[in-house]
Amino acid sequence: MSNQIIQGILLGGYYALIACGLSFMFSVMRIINLAHGSLAVFAAFALWWLASRFHISPFLGLLIVLPLMAAIGWALQRFLLERSARGGALLPILTTFGLAIVIDNMLFEQFGADTRSLAPYIGSLSYDSWEWPGSIYVGKLAVIMFATAVILLGGLQLFLTRTRLGRSIRATSEDPDTAGLVGVDARRANAIAAAIAMVTVGLAGAFLGMRATFDPYAGAPQLLFAFEAAVIGGAGSLWGTLIGGIVLALAQTLGAQVHPQGFLIGGHAVFLVVLFVRLSTSGLGLRGLLRLPSRSAP
Amino acid sequence: MSAASTSPVIERGTTTSRIAAIAVAVIIALLAIAPQFLSAGAVDRMTALFIYVILAAMWNALAGFGGLVSVGQQVFFGLGAYFAIRLADAGLNPFASLFVSAVIVGLVSWPLSLFMLRLRNGEFAIGMWVIAALTHLLVNLDRLVQGETGTSLISLNVYDAGTRRAVIYWLALASMTALLAILFGLLRGSTGAAIRAIRDNEDAAASVGVRVTGTKRLLFVLAAFGIGIAGALWLATSITFQPKTYFNVQWTAYMIFMVLVGGIGTFEGAILGALVFFLIETWFGGTGVWYLVGLGATAVLFSLFLPRGLWGTVEERFGLRLLPVGYRVRLPGNAPADEGTAPSLERTTLDQEKA
Repeated sequence: MSNQIIQGILLGGYYALIACGLSFMFSVMRIINLAHGSLAVFAAFALWWLASRFHISPFLGLLIVLPLMAAIGWALQRFLLERSARGGALLPILTTFGLAIVIDNMLFEQFGADTRSLAPYIGSLSYDSWEWPGSIYVGKLAVIMFATAVILLGGLQLFLTRTRLGRSIRATSEDPDTAGLVGVDARRANAIAAAIAMVTVGLAGAFLGMRATFDPYAGAPQLLFAFEAAVIGGAGSLWGTLIGGIVLALAQTLGAQVHPQGFLIGGHAVFLVVLFVRLSTSGLGLRGLLRLPSRSAP
Repeated sequence: MSAASTSPVIERGTTTSRIAAIAVAVIIALLAIAPQFLSAGAVDRMTALFIYVILAAMWNALAGFGGLVSVGQQVFFGLGAYFAIRLADAGLNPFASLFVSAVIVGLVSWPLSLFMLRLRNGEFAIGMWVIAALTHLLVNLDRLVQGETGTSLISLNVYDAGTRRAVIYWLALASMTALLAILFGLLRGSTGAAIRAIRDNEDAAASVGVRVTGTKRLLFVLAAFGIGIAGALWLATSITFQPKTYFNVQWTAYMIFMVLVGGIGTFEGAILGALVFFLIETWFGGTGVWYLVGLGATAVLFSLFLPRGLWGTVEERFGLRLLPVGYRVRLPGNAPADEGTAPSLERTTLDQEKA
């Protein structure tokens, strides 16, 4: 059992990775990007294509895919989200949902229905493991994934609180108009934030491909996982996202113990329980549920 | 010039709308006798069209009027079909179980609304999706459904194919007409004023005493009930029930497409959108994936460049109102002093009224 708990915690690292981009974008632009999961799957397919076609290792492939994702994020903000956000809070939901349908079906058109994996291209890393005391085996990949999540979340936190650009992004998320008055270019801050969010999505897509299989329609479940982890983690800090990811993964692990099909049910159930508790205690609705470290100034 | 001719006229029905009302009655009467003349295939397609109109109108009621964008409405579609299967299995007449099922879906949506309506915007949207995903998994656990293998509404087979087709057609037509009438009545009544106030500005509506949550709940339950009927009717036409097909997010994608293209927040727009979708599906449905890419891309383009949809744009440009649910102020056009202001004022009233 302790073995499963450790695996669950490590899997939480993946959920934190995919969730941090979603909550980051929401906290800055107040937009929930429904194409989030589809874009992660897109990144996974891009890495798979580079690996199978040109024999580029997925780790090297990230050098190509991550800048591409950043460019996509920038373009997404400039050409889609900025325009649709002007039409109110509801329109971006529809725009990004339409985008998700386009991405999913284009991937299907291009790559077919087969499930793919990046595991064959990363050598023995996909199955290597360390033995810990108590005959617990932990996969090297899972540990790398968890460490990446911790580094990424810590890096983002430092970036937001310690750098000029990070502060201007936070200022924009607090109040774009006032930020504009003190010389912050809100459009630029938003576009950079979207680019950063998409880089995290690219990383998440890479780990999705390495640790499991994916297919063109795998985006929707990834979006739900990201949303659930972000909501469970709650407001406050990016570390909340890590905790949210771990809680989600542990609930899934537990669910799988109870019933063969309990993996997903366990995750959804814990999400709803957390949501219920939060809604009945706060009474304010979800206004503050997905916010990032806005007031945790140094 | 008398005072009466210079004072603005507040009107609801216009000559156009009265003609439209008669036309609607004629169309419904024609549709009711249509199975006598149409081929079996055409009757099935028309049934599908009625179901699309229900889906579009119900999603529009929720998003266009209640300001609640959900991407999880497939949960009610799936539950409508699932409860019908369960009721028919328990021995209820299959046609009766279609409607009892929708009532149960409406009842289920009530406690759900207490919880979900406290979420906002995007959180409500994905929250509903989570609900749909979880419900799908739970329905899969039912032995009767046999997981993704699915099951069938076999008790419908006691009726011969011709009768079955015609009865389902009439049930779909009657359901569509009744649901549209309920929505129309709701929007024209005092609730309608509340609904439009919420749509335009929720906080302002609350501040003048509109019961925001109660009104939203009403729309949520109505939409669940209507989509439940649609799911049950779809089951009746296709007989087989595979959870994956019914709890597919694609249903919500269709609803969003229809409403966005037709005109979100306009009564006629949802119907127009369903017609457009029906035609596109008839012509391009065979192209498979590219058809879906096209639907998604069209939805994106409409949300970016024509967010009020086809009908919303027509309405705005020509002041046309076929099935008026609101009032509008018409200023006397012949008063010289008003010449400059009248058109622009009328346009602002139209903007405020929108429905």
